[in-house]
Amino acid sequence: MGYKKKTLVLAIIAVLLTMLYIFYDLSGNIGYILPRRIMKVVAILLTGGAIAFATTIFMTITNNRILTPSVLGLDSLYLLIQTLIIFTIGSNSLIMMNSNVNYLVSIGGMVVFSLLLYQVLFKGESNNIYFLLLVGMILGTFFSSITSFMQVLIDPNEFMVAQDRMFASINNVNTNLVYISIVIFVLLIIYLMRYYKYLDVLGLGKDNAINLGVPYNRVVKHLLIIVAIFISMATALVGPMTFLGLLVVNLAYEFLKTFRHFYILIGSMLISIIALLGGQFIVEKVFTFQTTISVIINFIGGIYFIYLLLKENKSW
Amino acid sequence: MVDIKNVFKSYNQKKVIEDVSLNIEKGTITSFIGPNGAGKSTLISMVSRLIAKDNGNISIDGKDIMETKNNELAKKISILKQSNSINLKLTVRELVSFGRFPYSQGKLNSYDWEKVDEAIDYMELREMQDKFLDELSGGQRQRAHIAMVIAQDTEYILLDEPLNNLDMRHSVQIMKTLRNLVDELGKTILIVIHDINFASCYSDNIVALKDGKVVKQGKACDVIDKCVLKDIYDMDIDIQDIDDKRICVYF
Ligand SMILES: Nc1ncnc2c1ncn2[C@@H]1O[C@H](COP(=O)(O)OP(=O)(O)O)[C@@H](O)[C@H]1O
Ligand SMILES: [Mg+2]
Repeated sequence: MGYKKKTLVLAIIAVLLTMLYIFYDLSGNIGYILPRRIMKVVAILLTGGAIAFATTIFMTITNNRILTPSVLGLDSLYLLIQTLIIFTIGSNSLIMMNSNVNYLVSIGGMVVFSLLLYQVLFKGESNNIYFLLLVGMILGTFFSSITSFMQVLIDPNEFMVAQDRMFASINNVNTNLVYISIVIFVLLIIYLMRYYKYLDVLGLGKDNAINLGVPYNRVVKHLLIIVAIFISMATALVGPMTFLGLLVVNLAYEFLKTFRHFYILIGSMLISIIALLGGQFIVEKVFTFQTTISVIINFIGGIYFIYLLLKENKSW
Repeated sequence: MVDIKNVFKSYNQKKVIEDVSLNIEKGTITSFIGPNGAGKSTLISMVSRLIAKDNGNISIDGKDIMETKNNELAKKISILKQSNSINLKLTVRELVSFGRFPYSQGKLNSYDWEKVDEAIDYMELREMQDKFLDELSGGQRQRAHIAMVIAQDTEYILLDEPLNNLDMRHSVQIMKTLRNLVDELGKTILIVIHDINFASCYSDNIVALKDGKVVKQGKACDVIDKCVLKDIYDMDIDIQDIDDKRICVYF
């Protein structure tokens, strides 16, 4: 089976799961339940797409299969920005009340950070993966520590608001943000289209890309901005999902066995949607909300991460 | 013409290239020789703008490389680095087709595919064109990379130790191919090479580098000289004339 057929199979599974999730056991007040379920599904589709795209692009520009924006702490940064907003202006201020404004401010912060990251990591001559890992781990830990430090200092009432934001999960999707996320998603795809043709070539590494005429620095900078916005979006909608990206993008590469980004992007998005919807369905119907899908995904993803480290250990 | 003027480069205070100036004529093969760490790779990477120089000017056909658009430059000059590790699931044919990116931006037309086929045949990769790179031997992979550079079809071709991993037959075959590219298609080739006999037999000019400086440059027959080689490599090398080729005996 070629990668085109396999992508089609994934698409069919994803559509079936979406239908199953929306229409399964649909009884009672349909007018109330149906729109809520649809909102949730849309949020899941957006998150799945955002995480898959961000991770695929990030892995391509860093030429590795282990480090993802989440492993580097980009989503902990999002939480830090949220807390920082509450800490400095308080939860009653306009910015926290109007979640759209808050969302946009956070995205702005993420973009600024990713540009800094670009200056430090990509401008230099040695594109060293260990260095990237080191910086990522330090920053990730740093962001989380600062976040909890500020939460300790915050007024308890405000802390409740903050916590509500921080622990968005799929059981508790931030549906206020769905509409604006759809708009951002579409804009990002249009933005990505301009740089999309370079992705395959970037996969060959920096030197080959430059040799083939890719305006490397400019392209990488824009792609990093795209990654940052996708991550902000996914984190705002359902909270941090550290290992989902790692899992789905690697599965897409393993399953589709191609280097073509068109199929990897679509394939990883579909796998991510399948994992989220399927997982969520199981969480709701089997575990009856006893656990959350992030727990399951982080568990499986963590094991897979260790497996990858052991496997890649040989090729380093 | 490649014009290198007073180029400097240092890594953490350590001078790696010091005031190098060179003129490389069109339609020639120029070999760069010199001991490990002499700065050959660094110099050739600066010419192909893979790394930035600290000082000086490099221009190709009169245009400064820093002021030429990336895509235009990619149609004019191509480079094969000393080590290439691509960890993608890529077949030989797919790799070679990337050579057409500057022209096609990823959407290859029939002319592009013709060039790809030509490059594959040049490097005798026809039977293995659908094999994945990670299923090949080091030498076969090296030939696939050279084929990609040939498909890129640039006037200037820079090769950093392209004979690595190659057996004698393929080394000779590649040097002959390069000679053909120069003599028939008028390409200009800069090549870093360790086997001075290959340099002696196949190149027009030789540039000898040592400690980041040019020790000697000139016609191949002038550089392959007992005193010059002693200066570069610190060893006595006997030179024999065989069929009007200068062969070094250094064993
Ligand atoms: N990225 C780098 N960082 C620090 N030093 C480097 C780097 N690349 C090369 N060098 C140093 O520059 C010198 C020249 O290297 P290179 O151009 O690769 O030599 P050659 O190709 O002639 O063997 C060496 O001493 C090497 O250690
Ligand atoms: Mg070298």
